[in-house]
Amino acid sequence: MTYENFGFEVDADGIALVTWDMPGRSMNVLSESSMGELADIIEKVAGDDAIKGAVITSGKSAFCAGADLAMMRAMTEDYTRSVGTIGEKAAVKDLFERVQQSSGLFRRLETCGKPFVAAINGTALGGGLELTLACHHRVAAINPKCQLGLPESKVGLFPGAGGTQRLPRLMGAAQALQLMLPGRGVDPERAAAMGMIHEAVDPGDLLVIAKRWIADGGAAQQPWDGEKFRIPGGANYSPGGMMTWAAANALYRRETYDNYPAQRAIMSCVYEGLMVPIDAGLRIEARYFTQVVRSPEAGNMIRSLFLSKQELDKLARRPAATPPSEVKKLGIIGAGLMGCGIAYVSALAGIDVMLIDVDQAGAEAGRDRTGALLEGAAKKGRLSADAATAALARITPASTYDVLEGCDLVIEAVFENRDIKAKVTGEAEAKISDDAVFGSNTSTLPITGLATASSRPANFIGIHFFSPVEKMQLVEIITGKETSEDTLAKALDYVRAIRKTPIVVNDSRGFFTSRVVATYLAEGHHMLHEGVPAAMIENAGRMAGMPVGPLALNDEVALDLSWKIRQAAKADLGDAYVEDEMDAILDEMVVKRERFGRKNAKGFYDYPKEGPKRLWADIAELSPDQLDPDTLDVRELMDRFLTIQALETARCFEENVLTDVREADVGAIFGFGFAPYSGGPLSYIDWVGAGAFVERCDRYAGLYGERFTPCALLREMAGRNETFYGRFDPHGAVRSAA
Amino acid sequence: MTDCYIYDHVRTPRGRGKSDGSLHEVTAMELAAQSLRAIRDRNELDTGLVDDVVMGCVDPVGEAGGDIARAAVLSADYDQTVAGVQINRFCASGLDAINFAAMHVMSDQHDMTIGGGVESMSRVGLGAAGGAWPVDPKLAVKAYYTPQGISADLVATKYGFSRDDVDAYAVESQKRADAAWKDGRFKNSVVPVTDVNGLDILDHDEHMRPETDMQSLASLRPAFAKMGAEAGFDAASIQRYPEVEFLNHVHHAGNSSGIVDGAAATLMGNEEAGRRAGLKPRARIRAFANIGTEPSIMLTGPIAVTEKVLERAGMSVDDIDLFEINEAFASIVLLAMDKLGLDHGKVNVNGGAIAMGHPLGATGTILLGTVLDELERRDLSTALVTLCIGAGMGTATVIERVQ
Repeated sequence: MTYENFGFEVDADGIALVTWDMPGRSMNVLSESSMGELADIIEKVAGDDAIKGAVITSGKSAFCAGADLAMMRAMTEDYTRSVGTIGEKAAVKDLFERVQQSSGLFRRLETCGKPFVAAINGTALGGGLELTLACHHRVAAINPKCQLGLPESKVGLFPGAGGTQRLPRLMGAAQALQLMLPGRGVDPERAAAMGMIHEAVDPGDLLVIAKRWIADGGAAQQPWDGEKFRIPGGANYSPGGMMTWAAANALYRRETYDNYPAQRAIMSCVYEGLMVPIDAGLRIEARYFTQVVRSPEAGNMIRSLFLSKQELDKLARRPAATPPSEVKKLGIIGAGLMGCGIAYVSALAGIDVMLIDVDQAGAEAGRDRTGALLEGAAKKGRLSADAATAALARITPASTYDVLEGCDLVIEAVFENRDIKAKVTGEAEAKISDDAVFGSNTSTLPITGLATASSRPANFIGIHFFSPVEKMQLVEIITGKETSEDTLAKALDYVRAIRKTPIVVNDSRGFFTSRVVATYLAEGHHMLHEGVPAAMIENAGRMAGMPVGPLALNDEVALDLSWKIRQAAKADLGDAYVEDEMDAILDEMVVKRERFGRKNAKGFYDYPKEGPKRLWADIAELSPDQLDPDTLDVRELMDRFLTIQALETARCFEENVLTDVREADVGAIFGFGFAPYSGGPLSYIDWVGAGAFVERCDRYAGLYGERFTPCALLREMAGRNETFYGRFDPHGAVRSAA
Repeated sequence: MTDCYIYDHVRTPRGRGKSDGSLHEVTAMELAAQSLRAIRDRNELDTGLVDDVVMGCVDPVGEAGGDIARAAVLSADYDQTVAGVQINRFCASGLDAINFAAMHVMSDQHDMTIGGGVESMSRVGLGAAGGAWPVDPKLAVKAYYTPQGISADLVATKYGFSRDDVDAYAVESQKRADAAWKDGRFKNSVVPVTDVNGLDILDHDEHMRPETDMQSLASLRPAFAKMGAEAGFDAASIQRYPEVEFLNHVHHAGNSSGIVDGAAATLMGNEEAGRRAGLKPRARIRAFANIGTEPSIMLTGPIAVTEKVLERAGMSVDDIDLFEINEAFASIVLLAMDKLGLDHGKVNVNGGAIAMGHPLGATGTILLGTVLDELERRDLSTALVTLCIGAGMGTATVIERVQ
């Protein structure tokens, strides 16, 4: 018997070794073809008297990466198509049947009468782990880098092949939820301690131990199919179970704000599933899976968080004509927080880093700070001690620009001051070769303006990192008027080398990310001025899906910095500058009260030495009136936050600051945490519908101010009933260009 | 509509609701049955006249399960024709049992009924009956479920009651209860719980701490702070009430209702039934109402239901001489007095559940009997009894003395 995706050998003891090894792929995935063959294998093992049982392992370094998301996407596309042809109810029924197939396959495996052992040789995620959970015995090779987990919820889905039923039956609801809700994985030793697998073993012994379990008479029955089975940690309505669930429900809400249908469904699948036999539990799981797959959140999250991000990671926007480039030596000017972060990610990517500061002591302090970051990561097991040591050795602290000689790329991360940046640009360019790229890590200053200080503006580009660099996934690349395609390609190659996600935007005040974040901060100020209680503003921001409230975020950014940016804009724009409530509040806070934010422990919040920050007791003094919260609709406050940011993103698109819908959405989510469940600001507009969105903007403009007036592009789209992903289909554009 | 009169009321003393409480040795059925026997014996009642017994019980499982009202009827040797039904409206069960029993009479379907309640919290345990509301994600999440204590702290936070405010209220409750006991104001209704030999097991409310003062309360740590933070309940409350930055946890064992065991019963009927039994009516049920309110803050029902029942009865708060607002938590009574504009001098005048305890299913019956005794003692006319209820409800009953 031969299979395309699996090796199949029966040894002298009658034990089949099933080796999953999909051709032409670096990782095994649960695709239609692998599942079809697995079904055949199960029947072969079940039906052949000469076979005692089977061990499933992988021929690749990982066991399985999970379900093929392209297959998932096809499933939803087929569904959408069927709705049009056979009607919604029939289409849902078809989808429900299809969803039950993989679940039914695994159920067949565990009830086929022959023992199956999963010999987990490496990372097993999602559907891959679910396959192992259906096996009667699980052993995994000890390896701290190996991850066993169900990460589906990270892209808006949830374990739909029995994971929500088997994991809690193995380890109890509380522990299973703690893994499944955030999509967290664990290494084999932890997995064994939690009861996810039976044993973590030395890699060399993996297959021997797996086979021995069958040879020793391991039973082909799951614990939950036995009569004496009890749910670990107690049934739902045991005293312990009730406490677990009451807390789990509240903690679920605390962590998700009930914004994520997948997490919500996980809760109900586990709760309802644990009260019935597993077959009914699997059916319940399939019903919820069918519901979640059809949710706009799941579709948007798969698209932005997985597919689009992957395309951008692979440099979808790189000019094709430029040959591949590699940064071997990088110069970083400014050994502050950002400079050190850039040094960290670059050195880890194997790049030699020249870290320059005004004096040697400053540069060495920067190197040491990077060293501390590396040490911290090594301690947490994120990288090996050797890798940390090697990375630190690649960093050369210096106070002279002479070390820049031979650099392929120089990034300045000095103060946001045009004169200082101009001076640095000139001095650095004097040392580097003509084809080297000069990048500015500015977050607000227009690149075209900064490039006037450059002797070769074609090689000048914005490379905007986010703080903290070692954690934030996004890099915003800004092309100035003169920036060449080659320079763009080289900058993108560098971003790929340091394993970050690039978006490419055209020059504008605040570019894309800072510009949109500014509207979020400003909306908080407007609400404060209106008399909305400050706590309600902050909570509404978080409830809308933002990582922090606008006032807290403004404290982090520093209020005096916001004030200075506004002064600069006033000076630049002159009469065209429109003063608003935010100017008044910033004047009051910064000029009159010297409350600068977290930096001086006084902002919209007070920052006591002990204990958490608390809203400033006199914050109500910033508004002439105080509104009664019982008269306010928090939903509308939440909508205002998302609407103003989405509108500003649409304006960026209209003004050609953004040119690719994927970059708008991926950039907003990974740059400033825009409500991930929405799939990003443009997905959000598509979800609301351009017509309804424009209507809402007009209503808000009347109620809250002109800033909500929709742009012409949106009105046009509303009139034509268009979506961003329909009208500006990035794949359509590629096709027409090709 | 036929008038429903109250002919008599009894209650057991309240025993500390722990294994060292005096009533811990007594079964829930026996507590309920002793109340029924007392009603029969002190009125020389031919129990064959009673049509139905409605009893509140909040955790009706195990020994308290399977219709404890019928079990108590049979155990008390009532005539076998007397039916029994157990109802559950959480903390207002005992009051709603009276209302249900009154409905039988007012609708002319029955002539004589008993409304009562029982809870052996020491034996059955708070929450033993389970229930979907805190547990099933489909409801708990959308209802922003939090335990009562957190809701009470949310009330204090949202409406600005400080730790001193709630503690001062608790001190006053203890003082009033102590004075009422010393003055013999409960002796008309309290019937000692006795053993098989007729010996007293308990003849007084043993949860009381009359020595309580601000200083002793100040030493108690907030009971719900840790749970609120660690189990996510504070966060859930704040998502429902986003104007709150953080919860001010002010409640503790000393300013919350006590966990106790107890039972109570009230004999009711139409005029003719009373005459047949040779009984004089003490009061008339004038009006009652139930209402649902926002389930997360949960405990504001007494305000809404008081407004509702008064409107239906064509009355205003000024027409009510005495109020009983169950002291589930100090902040609840403070908020109700504040929102309804009530003088503390007319509210819970003989103390309440903070001092004497809250045997969940029985409390409503007890409050109604307590305030009836007090109306008679003061020679006043009208009273309103109300309780806050789990999952956001309120029940209220208005009675009026008849001469």
